Amino acid sequence: MRPEIEAKLALNPSLVTSVLTGFLRDEVTKVGFQKAVFGLSGGIDSALTAFLAAEALGRDRVHAVLMPYRTSHPKSLEDALKVVEALGIPHTVIDITAPVDAYFEQVNRVLGCEASALRRGNRMARERMVTLYDLSAAMNALVLGTSNKTELLLGYGTQFGDMASALNPIGDLYKCQVRQLAAYLGVPKSILEKAPSADLWADQTDEKELGFTYDDADEILYQWVDLRMSPDEIVGRGYSERLVRAIVDRVRRNQYKRRMPIIAKLSGRTIGLDFRYLRDWGT
Amino acid sequence: MGWSAFRVAIAQFAPKLGDVSANLSRHLDYVDEAKRANAQVLVFPELGLTGYQTQDLTLEVARHVRHPDIQRMIQASRDLDVLFSFVEETDDCRFFVTAAYASGGRLVHRHRKVYLPTYGMFDERRYFAPGDRVRTFSARGGQAGILICEDAWHLSSPYLLAVQGASVIYVPASSPWRNTMAASEFGSHAFWRQLLQMYAQLCGCFFVFANRVGYEDGVHFYGGSGVMGPNGEWVAEGPASESAMIVADLDFRDVRRARYTTPLMRDERVRLVLAEIEEAVRRRSTDEAGD
Repeated sequence: MRPEIEAKLALNPSLVTSVLTGFLRDEVTKVGFQKAVFGLSGGIDSALTAFLAAEALGRDRVHAVLMPYRTSHPKSLEDALKVVEALGIPHTVIDITAPVDAYFEQVNRVLGCEASALRRGNRMARERMVTLYDLSAAMNALVLGTSNKTELLLGYGTQFGDMASALNPIGDLYKCQVRQLAAYLGVPKSILEKAPSADLWADQTDEKELGFTYDDADEILYQWVDLRMSPDEIVGRGYSERLVRAIVDRVRRNQYKRRMPIIAKLSGRTIGLDFRYLRDWGT
Repeated sequence: MGWSAFRVAIAQFAPKLGDVSANLSRHLDYVDEAKRANAQVLVFPELGLTGYQTQDLTLEVARHVRHPDIQRMIQASRDLDVLFSFVEETDDCRFFVTAAYASGGRLVHRHRKVYLPTYGMFDERRYFAPGDRVRTFSARGGQAGILICEDAWHLSSPYLLAVQGASVIYVPASSPWRNTMAASEFGSHAFWRQLLQMYAQLCGCFFVFANRVGYEDGVHFYGGSGVMGPNGEWVAEGPASESAMIVADLDFRDVRRARYTTPLMRDERVRLVLAEIEEAVRRRSTDEAGD
């Protein structure tokens, strides 16, 4: 990353922490909840969410849910438990192997073919979402999102799966900023240092699958999204055209994942268009 | 000389979105607290009675000045002056972002927000009509003026009040925290601080900045209210991000000294400005329909 961009993306971590913990406290309690629940994968994003939530709400008002699948790397569960231990927060382990395998056993038979790795991965992400929303009702706790700005923009996530939540404290932080804030808050070293992975199949890493590094993505996204430079301008600054196009196309292609379903307009007041209220309406 | 000093209190708090009665009772609590602090003027943030992003709640939360809720606030000014802000509805059903200054149980002045931002995250002009004047009024402290949030980001606004002789300019605001993450930058917060410091020195007057706190759908309002003196130094500064009542004494002798030391407003060439603005407007309107 070029030093001038790196400087722009360098956080003031105490200020950001105070805004994000304030956000969690305010938006959880004003809708009548006291607690938050979230999936803890062993990766850096959910670890950061855990640290922020524990600081915002207190360790007894957060609940971590660890949801391994039989092919999950054992290190993932181990790292997730390190977070639980470091924070002293309650946690539950729910193995998602049985429901996911039962589903594909049936569907593979009905469709007469083996599900692709992508379908299996999406199903796992959605199984985790279903589990979290059930525990949300069981524990009277709001579901926290753990997707960062880089993956939300790239659409590197499963719609209605890991992208689903009631509120997301880290969705406006690029991956490199997640790393900074995680280090500042004391996320365990083994989590800070390992290669990011969705861990949906063996040897998967985000950067291998995306075809570029998070640093590359952050650097280009920042200039395009935040500084509003055109892709041509960015290429003109000496970045690879192929890389810039790949990132920009990916963001555009995945816009649908970031929006609520579109509705055919018939009436004078259509939800999402001219029926406008904040979600905080009445809170 | 109309005054030597008075005490101002700023209510930095988080209004409840769309709940006028809850906010009204919050306001009245602050009135009591300000009285106990012997304040003579109490200032509330922009849209303190309604919350900021009212969107389609605008129709519900709008109040005519004759509405009992607004009359209640005006009545609350019997013992100290109160500057409060709400969605004002007119007889012809236009809606304004208004700040009212009440004193002695009477409505003394109304400022309707002139600049309604629609860029970036803002969408005010969609719901509100813009005010059409920037005027001073007689208040405690001689001539005073009001600029609501975005009004103050326009260079001409404090100028217009200063040439009318304002010695205190009140700035109720609902300013969201943005572009503020980087270690090297301080975004909207720093922008406000620099702006108030520079304006106060250029105009030789006090600025009373009343910014709200709290969150609306993840948008954070950072507070940081305070009083900036005519010499460019903070007389009082509130905390960031938490509710507080900030109290400060405004001493007119500071204005007097500043205006003697650096008599910028005395030396203003108002007629030159007027002539050049007219010429600029004439030239601009031949190219485009500027207003």
